[in-house]
Amino acid sequence: MLRILVNAIRTGVVTTRYPVEPSVPPDRFRGAPVLRPGSALPPPTVCPTGALSERLDADRRYVALDLARCIFCGRCAEDPWVDAVAMGRDFELATRCRNDLRIEVLADDPTDRAAGPAPDRDAEAARSLSEIHRVLGRSLHLRHLDAGSCNACDWELAALLNPVYDIRRLGIDFVASPRHADGVIVTGPVTRNLETAVHRTFEAIPEPRVVIAVGACAASGGIVGEGYASAGGVDRVLPVDVYIPGCPPRPEAIIFGILVAVGRLSARRLGSEG
Amino acid sequence: MVDAALMDALRAGADGSVDTDVGPRPSDLTVSLGRTRDLPAAAAVLIGPYAMALATVVATDETATPDGDLKVRYVFEPTAPGAPDQFVTLLISVDAAHPEVPSLTTAVPAANWHEREMQDLFGIVSVGHPDPRPLVVHDGWPKGAFPLRKAFDGSQRVPVEPADEFPHLVAEGEGVFEIPVGPIHAGIIEPGHFRFTSVGETVLNLDARLFYTHRGLEKRMEGLSPLDAFYVAERICGVCSVAHGLGYCEALEQIADVDAPPRARLIRSIALELERLYNHVGDVGNVCAGASFHYGTAAGMRLKERLQQMNERLAGNRFLRGLVVPGGVRLDLTDDLLGLLAVTLQDTLAGLDSLMARIEANPSVVDRLDDTGILQHQAALDLAVAGVAARASGVDRDARRDHPHGAFAGPEPLDLRVATASEGDAMARVTVRALEARESIRLVGELVRRLEPGPLQVALIEPLPSGRIGISAIESARGEAVHWLRIDAAGRVERYHLRSPSYHNWPAVVLAAETAIVPDFPLVNKSFELCYSCTDR
Repeated sequence: MLRILVNAIRTGVVTTRYPVEPSVPPDRFRGAPVLRPGSALPPPTVCPTGALSERLDADRRYVALDLARCIFCGRCAEDPWVDAVAMGRDFELATRCRNDLRIEVLADDPTDRAAGPAPDRDAEAARSLSEIHRVLGRSLHLRHLDAGSCNACDWELAALLNPVYDIRRLGIDFVASPRHADGVIVTGPVTRNLETAVHRTFEAIPEPRVVIAVGACAASGGIVGEGYASAGGVDRVLPVDVYIPGCPPRPEAIIFGILVAVGRLSARRLGSEG
Repeated sequence: MVDAALMDALRAGADGSVDTDVGPRPSDLTVSLGRTRDLPAAAAVLIGPYAMALATVVATDETATPDGDLKVRYVFEPTAPGAPDQFVTLLISVDAAHPEVPSLTTAVPAANWHEREMQDLFGIVSVGHPDPRPLVVHDGWPKGAFPLRKAFDGSQRVPVEPADEFPHLVAEGEGVFEIPVGPIHAGIIEPGHFRFTSVGETVLNLDARLFYTHRGLEKRMEGLSPLDAFYVAERICGVCSVAHGLGYCEALEQIADVDAPPRARLIRSIALELERLYNHVGDVGNVCAGASFHYGTAAGMRLKERLQQMNERLAGNRFLRGLVVPGGVRLDLTDDLLGLLAVTLQDTLAGLDSLMARIEANPSVVDRLDDTGILQHQAALDLAVAGVAARASGVDRDARRDHPHGAFAGPEPLDLRVATASEGDAMARVTVRALEARESIRLVGELVRRLEPGPLQVALIEPLPSGRIGISAIESARGEAVHWLRIDAAGRVERYHLRSPSYHNWPAVVLAAETAIVPDFPLVNKSFELCYSCTDR
C-alpha cells in the first residue's frame, strides 16, 4: 500500500490542461485535409470512402470534401497531388450541422482563388440546443452506444477516463444506464444487428437528450457505408445533434465535440446560434 | 513439396478422387476432394496423425465460372513447435442447387462457427452440425438471402422481418436463474449478448451471442480495387489496425509477386510490436479493473496513453493507421523518432515492471486471478485457440515464428522467445501477456538495430494477376489472424476473408467462464481480452 502511494506521488499530475490550453498535435498528425483553391485537385476516385466529389458548373470544376466521410488516410495529399492537398493539423472539427462538414473549392484555375459557395445550413440539424442547455446546465452525463464500431472510437472514449484526459474534471461522465444519461455518444455506422438496441437505448433516455456521433462511421457510414448490414450513419436512425469527424478522432477532438454539444464553446464552426 | 505418405493416407480413406497441387504458396498444399463425403476422413488424417489444426474455412461463390459451383476451402496448419510454415487446404465443390456438406464440428470443434457462418452467408448447410442456429445474421433476416453469394446485392439495407425470440441454450432445473447481459454493456465496451444460467453464483452454462457489429465488410471489399480495399482491411478492428492491414498487404503482395523492401519489413515489424505493446500494457491494467484494483487500472491506462501518444508522433494516428501500405510503409522512422521510441520504451518497461510488482504483491488481486477461468490445454487445442490464451494454456504457437512475416521473414531470422504457461487461468494469461510485452520491447530494440537506409515501398503494378490466392498469417496482439484473398479477372477483390484470433477464442471464453462464478466473468473476459469487431466483421 505504501509503495502504491509513493508511486502515485512520484508520478505526479499527468492530466492535460485541454481545453483551457490548446493541444498541439504532432507534425505527422493527419487532421482535416486542406484543398488549395485553384489547384489541380485530385479526382473523386482517389478517396477510398467517397469523401471527395466534384461538379462542373459553367465549365469550371468544383471539388468538395466531406469531412464526415473522411478517414484521414492522407491518400489525396500524396504524389501527384502534394501541391493541391495538404493534410492539415486541425482536429477540432465537430459541428452541429452535417452540411458544415462539407468544404467546396474551385479547381484547376490558379487565377481564381475564391472558395466555392457556402454550404446550405441544414435547418433540422441546426435546431437550437438552448432547451438542452437550460435543463442540463453545464454538466453532461452520456451513455456510450457502440453501434458497430471497429472499437478504435470506443477505445478513445475509454481514454477520456484515463488520468491524462480525465474528462470528469469538466463535469462530463459516462454512465451505465441510459436512464441516468442526458444523451448518447454513438460510435459505428448502426449495424442491422444493433438497430433495435440503438432505438431502445435512445428511448430509455429522458428528454431533452443529445445525440453525438463520433467518428467517420457514425457521422456518415465512413469506410462501411450503407449496405445489407449497415444503416450508413447514426443520422439514418437517430436525430444527431453533433458530428465529430475522425478515424478515430483523437481524444481532444472528442472533448471538443462534447463541449460543442453542451454549448460551452463558441467555436468558429458553431454557427450563429452557438 | 507433396508429402507422399500424407497423400497415401488421404487416398486410403477416400471414395472419390484426391488431387493435389502446390499452393497457394510454394510451401503449401491444396488437396481437391472429388466427393464432399470424403471430407471428414481427410480432415481426420490432418487432425490426427499429422497433428494439424483448423486455421480457417473460406467459402467462395464460383457459380459464374465454368465449373459453376460453390467452393469451400478448409485450411489446416501444423501445430507442433518448429513445424514448417505450411497450410494444407482441403478443397471441395458444392452444388449450388443442393448446397450440403458433411459437418466437421463434432470431430473438429474449431469448425463450429465457421460452419454456422457459411450457412448464414452462403446457404451452405453442414449436415450433422450439433448446433445449427444462425450465427452472423440475427432475428428477422429474410429466409433464402445469402449475403456472400455473388447474386446478392450487398449495397441495400435489408428490412427486419417479424421473428420469434432467439433460442438461447440454457440450463434448466430447480433454483436455476437466467441472467441476460448485453448487447449494450455498462462500460465503454463492444456489444455482445451473454446469457448465463446459474445456481447461486456458480455458472452452469453460458451462451454468448455475438456478431452485433457485423458490418458486412467482406462483401463491402468485393469489387473494390485492391488498393482501396486495403483501407477497409485496416479498419476491420481498431486495436488490430497494424496486424490486419499488414495481413492484407502480405496476401496482396504474394499475389502481385513482390516483396516489401528490407527497411519497410523492419518498420512493419516494429509497428506490429508497438501495437502488441500498447494492447498488452493496457490489457494488464484492464484486468485490474475486473479485480477492483484501481491503482493498477490507472497505471495501465497511463502507460498505454503514453504509447498511443508516441504512435501519433510516429504514424500520425494513435492506432498506427497510415503507416503500413500495400508494397511497404508510407512513413520512415527518422533519428528523432527513434530517439523518442527508445526513451518511451525504456520508461514503459520500468512502468510495466512496477505495475506487475504491485499486482503480484497484492493478495486481493492475486487471489481473484489464481485458478479463475481455467482453459484446459486440450480444449485450447480442440478449439484452435490463438495467442496469449493458447500460450497460457501450454500451447506453444506464435505466428511470428510459425508463419514468418514482416522482418521475421527476412534472411537473418530474429530470435523470438515465446512465453508459455501451463495453468490456463487468468493469472497465467496476465503473466504471459506481461512477458510478451517485455519481449516486444526487446524485439523493437533488435529491429531498430537492424535498420539500414533503403527504399520504403515497391510498386504494385495493376491490374494484378487474376485467380491467384494470397494467404497470410499474422501474430496480432490477440493471436494468429489468417487472411485469404483472391483477385478477379478485372483486377478487383473477388473474395477476402479474415479469420481473426478472437473468432477462435470466443468459444474458449465460454468454456473458461463455466469454471468460474458470475461475478468473476468480467475478470475472465478481460484476461482473454478479445475483439468483437474483428470477430463480427
